[in-house]
Amino acid sequence: MNWWRSLSRRRRGEIIRIVIYVIFGLLVAGLVGVIASRWDIVQDALLKPDLIKGLFPEIITIALKNTIIFTALGFGGGLIVGLILALMKISPYAPIRWMSTVYIEVFRGIPLLVWILLIGAALPLALGIRFTGLYTKGAIPLGLVAGAYMAETIRAGIEAVPRGQMEAARSLGMSYGQAMSSIILPQAFRIIIPPLTNELVLLLKDTSLVSAVGFTAQGVELTRFVRNAVQDNANATPMIFGGMVYLFVTIPLTQLARVMERRAARAR
Amino acid sequence: MSEAAVRIVDLHKSFGDLEVLKGIDFEVQLGEVVCIIGPSGSGKSTLLRCVNRLEEPTAGQIFIEGEDITHPDCWVDDVRRNIGMVFQRFNLFPHLTAIENLMVAQRKVLNRSKDEAEKVAMANLERVGLVDKAHEYPINLSGGQQQRVAIARALSMEPDMMLFDEATSALDPELVGEVLSVMRQLAEEGMTMLVVTHEIGFAKGVADRVVFMDEGIVMEEGPPSQVLVDPREPRTREFLRAVLEEGI
Repeated sequence: MNWWRSLSRRRRGEIIRIVIYVIFGLLVAGLVGVIASRWDIVQDALLKPDLIKGLFPEIITIALKNTIIFTALGFGGGLIVGLILALMKISPYAPIRWMSTVYIEVFRGIPLLVWILLIGAALPLALGIRFTGLYTKGAIPLGLVAGAYMAETIRAGIEAVPRGQMEAARSLGMSYGQAMSSIILPQAFRIIIPPLTNELVLLLKDTSLVSAVGFTAQGVELTRFVRNAVQDNANATPMIFGGMVYLFVTIPLTQLARVMERRAARAR
Repeated sequence: MSEAAVRIVDLHKSFGDLEVLKGIDFEVQLGEVVCIIGPSGSGKSTLLRCVNRLEEPTAGQIFIEGEDITHPDCWVDDVRRNIGMVFQRFNLFPHLTAIENLMVAQRKVLNRSKDEAEKVAMANLERVGLVDKAHEYPINLSGGQQQRVAIARALSMEPDMMLFDEATSALDPELVGEVLSVMRQLAEEGMTMLVVTHEIGFAKGVADRVVFMDEGIVMEEGPPSQVLVDPREPRTREFLRAVLEEGI
């Protein structure tokens, strides 16, 4: 290995990069080769055109629409819950901070799927509750858990607003609540829009978990919809295409978050 | 005799083990301009911040127009709306335009209508010479302009008195003058002012009384012609010499 050590650091870096490119290229070429050589079988099992055609229009008008509605309800509920938890977390009273901490730990420490099964299926069974509304039993656990995740983000946003802002508002005679709502929170939310957008993407993907409890035909979201189609046709095509529909929404959102992050970094 | 605008009685303030104010007594009469000078760490800003209870006094009393604001029954928001405060770092609300900065507390605290708040805001921007910047965001204003907006913001609440906490210390030297001239004009209009400052020239020209603080106590107070020109205390003399040398 003496020749390797004799090389300059830059030369070594170049060689390592070339090796990586070659390995990656071989892998891709191999994969494409395998797929191409059996294209008929692959297409028939994973990307059958008439099956894809058969998913429309319901995959958009019902499934994607419902996924977006679950996301919106979960996000809206999460914002409210998260804001309350964040405000409790910065309270001068220790017991109030503890309550917030307990909530956050409990709701983040138990998987979302368990919450969905618990709230959507187990509790109604045990207590005889019936959720009215098409989306309620999915939206409630989504919002409660999303709120626990958002709380820390919102608290960080509030604490990123300089202390002088609160002092200036209070010195004008504004109450704590007035100062919070019209001076601090508008600035805090501007700061946390990029991380909140990332949470929105996570939540959008997590709505697939509500497929674990039953919804009416009008209430199914994307994952449940394509899962049903997979079972009906004994073919994976709908699931593959469903994945693409998720990407169709999530990629623009993550790119948007990245642009906003960069803009926020520059504004500082 | 009418009540003093501010009467401070044996005021103490500690941060943990550190006693910053060690028994302050003094008064500000209505319409009086009092400048507080002293080395950094002498407790000037803490004293000022106690007057509108941005800091909670550890012991002692502060009377504003006769009302004990350290009393537990005293509603601090009501005290503050009558006391304008100007900060070293301006603390304008960056998400609001200049005129919105002047309007938000009028709307929320005084429940003024939008039209009325806007009228008052415009009049106060006029006072500080910034009507043409009414719809600019703070980030587009110079430091001096931001501080003048901050003064106009405090004035829009029509306070009985104004506190200035090193209002020119964060400014580039060429911008200090415009802020001091607004303060001078306020003093001439008869505003009660309590001014923590390093601007000895301003204190000399505008103050009715100068208070020299050091190590948490009032070392010396009196008319500027005495405290600033012919101080009794050696500590005051030393401080003035240091400040004036630095100025040259």
